[in-house]
Amino acid sequence: MNQANLTLKDFASDQEVRWCPGCGDYAILKTVQKLLPTLGRPRENQVFVSGIGCSSRFPYYMNTYGFHTIHGRAPAIATGVKLANPELDVWVITGDGDGLSIGGNHMMHTLRRNLDLQILLFNNEIYGLTKGQYSPTSRLGTRSPSSPAGSIDPPLSPCAVALGAGGTFIARSIDTHAKHLSAVIGAGHAHKGTAFIEILQNCPIYNDGIFEPVKDRATAPDFRVEVEHGKPIVFGGEREKAIRLDRERLRLEVTGADAGDVLIHDETNPVLAQLLAAMGGPGFPIAVGVLYRRRQPSFDEAFSRRKGKSKEGNLAALLQSGNTWVVD
Amino acid sequence: MELTEEKLDERHLDAREVVDVVVRFAGDSGDGMQLTGASFTLATALYGNDLSTFPDFPAEIRAPVGATFGVSAFQIYFGSEDVTTAGDALDVLVAMNPAALATNLANVVDGGLVIADRGAFTAKNLAKAGYAANPLDDGSLAGYRLLDIDISAQVLAAIESFGLGHKASLRCKNMWTLGLVMWLFDRDRGATVNNLKAKFAKRPEIAEANIAALNAGHAFGETAELPSGIHVYSVPRARSAPGLYRNVTGTQALAWGLLAGAELSGIDLLFASYPITPASNLLHEFSNRGDFRVGTFQAEDEIAAVCTAIGASFAGSLGVTSSAGPGVALKSEGMSLAISTELPLVVIDTQRGGPSTGLPTKTEQSDLDMALFGRHGDTPLPVIAPATPPECFDMAREAVRLATKYMTPVMLLSDGYLANAAERWRIPRVEDFERTPVEFAEDAGEFRPSRRDPQSLARNWARPGTPGLEHRIGGIESDHDSGNISYEPANHQRMTDLRQAKIAGIAHDIPLQQVDQGAASGKLAVVGWGSTYGAIHQGVKRARGEGYDVSHIHVRHLCPLPRNLGELLAGFDAVLVPEMNTGQFARLLRAEYLLDVESLGKVSGQPFKIGEILAAIHAKCREAEPAQ
Repeated sequence: MNQANLTLKDFASDQEVRWCPGCGDYAILKTVQKLLPTLGRPRENQVFVSGIGCSSRFPYYMNTYGFHTIHGRAPAIATGVKLANPELDVWVITGDGDGLSIGGNHMMHTLRRNLDLQILLFNNEIYGLTKGQYSPTSRLGTRSPSSPAGSIDPPLSPCAVALGAGGTFIARSIDTHAKHLSAVIGAGHAHKGTAFIEILQNCPIYNDGIFEPVKDRATAPDFRVEVEHGKPIVFGGEREKAIRLDRERLRLEVTGADAGDVLIHDETNPVLAQLLAAMGGPGFPIAVGVLYRRRQPSFDEAFSRRKGKSKEGNLAALLQSGNTWVVD
Repeated sequence: MELTEEKLDERHLDAREVVDVVVRFAGDSGDGMQLTGASFTLATALYGNDLSTFPDFPAEIRAPVGATFGVSAFQIYFGSEDVTTAGDALDVLVAMNPAALATNLANVVDGGLVIADRGAFTAKNLAKAGYAANPLDDGSLAGYRLLDIDISAQVLAAIESFGLGHKASLRCKNMWTLGLVMWLFDRDRGATVNNLKAKFAKRPEIAEANIAALNAGHAFGETAELPSGIHVYSVPRARSAPGLYRNVTGTQALAWGLLAGAELSGIDLLFASYPITPASNLLHEFSNRGDFRVGTFQAEDEIAAVCTAIGASFAGSLGVTSSAGPGVALKSEGMSLAISTELPLVVIDTQRGGPSTGLPTKTEQSDLDMALFGRHGDTPLPVIAPATPPECFDMAREAVRLATKYMTPVMLLSDGYLANAAERWRIPRVEDFERTPVEFAEDAGEFRPSRRDPQSLARNWARPGTPGLEHRIGGIESDHDSGNISYEPANHQRMTDLRQAKIAGIAHDIPLQQVDQGAASGKLAVVGWGSTYGAIHQGVKRARGEGYDVSHIHVRHLCPLPRNLGELLAGFDAVLVPEMNTGQFARLLRAEYLLDVESLGKVSGQPFKIGEILAAIHAKCREAEPAQ
């Protein structure tokens, strides 16, 4: 198939999409289907692997190779796909429960190894497919069927966890923010190594509006800051606010855009990335964009070098290796 | 049936020429007994005896010196006739300390030879082994041939000139002892010398000191005044079919069989595993095979290991994963996914004593029920079990054949004994094997992921990267025709029936059950599976020699069972199933064939003894014909 002529339609499967009306997943699906034809890679080399959950239905709707697996294990199965054939572009589709709760171990080790694949983690801060229980990213006090009086376990930050696990590409974007999301996913695809992309995704049924402040046109400028490598970190409706580093206490502060010490985003700085990943709460915006990027040899490159090439006849040599004797 | 043992009436050492001998090397877990045993095994194989070995080691890596629970042993049975077990009772016990003597003496035959290192029988070590008095001096060993030597002093004197220091010099005790035992059975030291040189290539002084110790032990035998009744024994060579031979452990044969299977199928192999005793050696063996079309991946856990293997199979390689019982339990959800999505997968279970952590270094066959039934949903898959170390090679190839031909996970049951035991192996000629290349779907015209071969019922296998064959699979029930998600009631019934029929149909693609020894019908059939082969073989052989009407049937395909097995067993008045569990296979046979099958279970962590099988045969036959 001529790659140059492919369009969004070529990447949409014939299956009826079965997410709830208004689900943020629709927007993400559309963005990915639109992005893929522009990547210059053969469609048959695209493989989407997912676990269990609403987000994990994603592969059924992509007209590519796809594997809807079991809860939490998508990174492990994707690892097998990539190791068996490093020519493939492997995408992991997961959610906050699938990727960070039941599958947290695989997530951690996949990031540590730096296998060359893209992990899109749809974070809606709730378990959707099991009807609304609180998840490991749900905010403290979240009321749900399994926490009617409010959850009592504090949430984790997906990007901070990914950094801690040794991830080499950590980014965050928003389901309906198509242009930004497309750019971030494209950058993740270009990254040789594990690209971890947290996508803030709205669940209209069980956690509706949880990200509204960062999505709403009116409030977003104050609640969201788009970071770009080498550029000052400024935000606000008039771009009048900025982030500075309190070097005494090693913490971020909001300051005026005209202050002399506005922080310049350096995506190669892991300490800064940690601060940006954790940034939020009263008065602070949430950082979106590529928080961290580092070039490091990918696991599959090293693995392929180790894995030998077939040499006819060496099986016989192996069986006869070491001490043998002849009986006449 | 209750487990009892009959002592085999054998005093091998009373003659100068003996048919077969059992030797056990026992010492501290740091004494190098496994290396000693392996070296003696190689020399014995090169000499031309048939043999079978049993490494028996503790779970502790370096237990406290002198402790009874830290005793590591290596047993070898060798002789001039067919040898299929590591032996019931010991003709020769090498005891490197009091703990080794205390834990093994009960197994030495009357008149057997005990070689003890007097230098290690210190007050402290004697106390640790629970001896109030020194057994070397108090006359308690009067019924045995005793050779007590201060081996420590002998070694220190022999290799003093190497200047290794006291502690490093004592490390050569095992080679001195090996030299003595090699003298006793007229074994050649050449291969051991070469192996020591290779092993310590970077530290030649260590190699030379060990070789000097080996030679000194040998010279001691030749020159010292030994007690009467202790001399060189001759064990005539075994008659063997012509060919090229080697020793092989179950683990080696399994790994090489998988490599052979993949090569003959023309596919790459991805071996993904997580370390667990006693299965880790397979991971190590694959890690050394970078010269083959095999990738070896140490996963973060058991679940990741099976899932990585499944991912590799989806991508067109053959995924293989390996573990012991606790790990296989963790893999069960992944195995169900591979059954649902119909992907090839080989799962190797090197069984150990359970439940839970159980006896990690000891052998058992108690994962059979798990292999057959231990998954959620109706999830049939083929289960096979090699009987001997060499047979691991053939059954591993069979696992690859079944997995790729039928697009299914296959479980291969090994165990701790089979994995570590070594036997002689006539090396097969690779060029004699039939090549059966896997055929991947390539043609986009008629492609659906659910297209099936009408004969095997296997679906077609399309690799990502193939243009036009883009498709999705998953763990949700799929439509029998389109392969898309389907929640239709009738479709689920149909797919469940199809999964059953596919596996059941394999019965037509495996050999009919043969009778290993004896007639195809008669009074008693002793039916085994897996590593109990050797003991059952010898037990039945001896009983037949005594005139009993008994046959040995050994089953390799446990699911599906050979299609003539029910009829075959029905031809016997009684069926006895010895197995290292509480009767799992016996229950299966009763359920499948409505036969009055009797179980003989043993779960002590040790393999069956010949005398235990023989006692059961005698009891069973006496039951049938009451004494007059």
